[in-house]
Amino acid sequence: MADLGRAALVVSLGLALYATAAGTLGALEKRRRLADSARNALIACFCSTAVASLVLALALVHHDFSFAYVASHTSRDLSTIYALTAFWGGQEGSLLLWLLVLTAYGALAVVLNRRLLRDLIVWVVPVIGGISAFFAFILVAVSSPFQTQVPAVDGAGLTPSLQNPYMVAHPPMLYLGYVGLTVPFAFAAAAMISGHTDERWIVATRRWTLAAWMFLGFGQILGAHWAYVEVGWGGYYAWDPVENAALMPWLAATAFLHSVMIQERKGMLRVWNMILVALAFELAVFGDFLTRSGVINSIHSFAKSSIGAWFLAFVVVTTLFSVALILWRLPLLRARTKLESPLSREATFLYNNLLLVALCLTVLWGVIFPILTEIFVGQTRTIGRPYYDFFLRIFGLPLLLLMGIGPLIAWRRSSVRALLKTLRWPIAAAVVAGGSLIAAGAGSSRPGLIAYTFSAFVLATIVVELVRGTRVTGSLFQLIARNRRRYGGYIVHAAIVLLAIGIAGSSAYQTEREQKLAIGQSMIVAGHTVTYKGLEHERTGVANETRAVLALSGRVHGTIRSGVNSYFTGDNSREVGIHTDWLRAEDTYVIFDQQQGKYVYFKVLIKPLVNLIWVAGFVFLGGSLVALWPDAREQRRLVARLALARG
Amino acid sequence: MTELILGGLIAAAAVVLVALPFFLGSDEQLDAVDDAGERRLALIDERDRALAALKELEFDHRAGKIDDADYRALVGPLRRAAADALQALDADGPQE
Repeated sequence: MADLGRAALVVSLGLALYATAAGTLGALEKRRRLADSARNALIACFCSTAVASLVLALALVHHDFSFAYVASHTSRDLSTIYALTAFWGGQEGSLLLWLLVLTAYGALAVVLNRRLLRDLIVWVVPVIGGISAFFAFILVAVSSPFQTQVPAVDGAGLTPSLQNPYMVAHPPMLYLGYVGLTVPFAFAAAAMISGHTDERWIVATRRWTLAAWMFLGFGQILGAHWAYVEVGWGGYYAWDPVENAALMPWLAATAFLHSVMIQERKGMLRVWNMILVALAFELAVFGDFLTRSGVINSIHSFAKSSIGAWFLAFVVVTTLFSVALILWRLPLLRARTKLESPLSREATFLYNNLLLVALCLTVLWGVIFPILTEIFVGQTRTIGRPYYDFFLRIFGLPLLLLMGIGPLIAWRRSSVRALLKTLRWPIAAAVVAGGSLIAAGAGSSRPGLIAYTFSAFVLATIVVELVRGTRVTGSLFQLIARNRRRYGGYIVHAAIVLLAIGIAGSSAYQTEREQKLAIGQSMIVAGHTVTYKGLEHERTGVANETRAVLALSGRVHGTIRSGVNSYFTGDNSREVGIHTDWLRAEDTYVIFDQQQGKYVYFKVLIKPLVNLIWVAGFVFLGGSLVALWPDAREQRRLVARLALARG
Repeated sequence: MTELILGGLIAAAAVVLVALPFFLGSDEQLDAVDDAGERRLALIDERDRALAALKELEFDHRAGKIDDADYRALVGPLRRAAADALQALDADGPQE
């Protein structure tokens, strides 16, 4: 079987190289047959990669320990579903997943747009082919999942923290996001190489960007929930470099999704959009480099390997390629109009873009700073949570405010008088919310208070928008159906508000207490009484499990079990106990710290509104799907434009 | 042995798929948009932008985001821009 996997990957590499070379030649010499052949090679590349992936999946499911990869990442006692998750649990398998998703996206993008954007597609093929060739080369020559060995009796098993339902969906979701950013990059590059920098590439790739952005965003929320319930440190986002690696391209893509609207409506920001598309793609690959090179210390990264140098070289080459293309096509990318007023919808989009990119670059600096100090000072200096939290407030709070102002301000220009008139209800909602929160004692955290007040403002804005729009169109359904992109966007805005409320509540207003308890003793945390009732022990097929049983009384009642699992492989995992009060969206989070004689050291955290973060994930997904839904009118417009252009 | 045969079959299938356009496809040149087409596309962009802006302005005005004075100041230039784009497109070639 391993030979078949290896052969399929060699075929993939050959096809990707052919797609690059034949595609370039076909496009340069306008040879249709050659261009079509290159397109077919890209589709065939996906098929052969799918065969290689199937071979690995079968080996994992059948516990074929003659595959070194299977022996290193699974064991016989692993259930089929977790054996399959080992596909992306290791370096080589996850690289294969990357190539599979990349070629699938490439083949799909090329097939779906082959008639409408023929003059762009001929250049999209070699760009995606070149990127696929890099990953196929790494899989064939540097890090193959099809290395064989003398079959072992049993494998090393999968890391316990990865044996979690979230690990089934979280990594593939992130990969769909990271890799999906290749499609808009390829179209942007194709537009610049071909010189067809009109708005068609934007229209063609907007949904691809939106899909990648949705997967990346939802994947991060899933990852945050996994960290919250499984890693057991009491939080959901640690500003870990690998977590940041997913956040950075998402921020760049968010900026692009907003600025692209200005290009469509005003013909402005054409260079900026090219930069954002390239930035999002480069950051996705850079994130892959961070995860795979071992240059940073993270629980999410793979072991240190020689693969990092290849990825770094790839990032440098593709960055130089993007910069060269943009500089070459600057004359074609000049803006056709100017910003009419600093008080307009496009101006707020511009401010939003500046804040998003500033936040993205700030996070990037925090990620690369330890690497730079290691190189230049010989000592790794890390940047801690306060740095990130500070800049999140500095850039994040104004972004939240702009999310409220943007939808209510008119395109082109607005007067202060008209703006104030439009904003009077949201301002009133914010004032009432702020005043009520101060009266309720929420003034203890100024950033928290500001976040809540701005959130009320944004929510009121969305309601006002929906009410006014419904008045014009006559029905809410018709309103949303008429402009799914806009109203899907508002649903996403509502998700971001829920996220902001959840983050502010669970961080700014969190209560934390540590105490050692003997059986029968209690501790009081933020009005909750937590009583230690005793220990339970259980031996399962894979681990010895110890659980402390705690009774919760006071504002809420329930039982919490928190403890540790000692796996027979030698690994230990902390199993937190969580009691959710859905009425307040609040969690009582208990960490079993350590046991000393008759005492157990517990850490109890009361996390108000934390569950809104997970709710936000689903609202985000819903809003993204509304905006993503295919629009037949848009397709018809593209067809008509092309027909007209060809005379 | 079976695996190598399967591998060979995958390679052969790929070669057939890649070679297919040389046997079945047309040998004509790629029909890329020429300079005149590029100019028309630019005009179509102008027209679409102007019409979309007009539609957006109407909606914003009816929804109360723009007062009457601002609406009157903005609608004239937008209508002119849309008319100019349509006229230029008309003069340049066939219409949709």
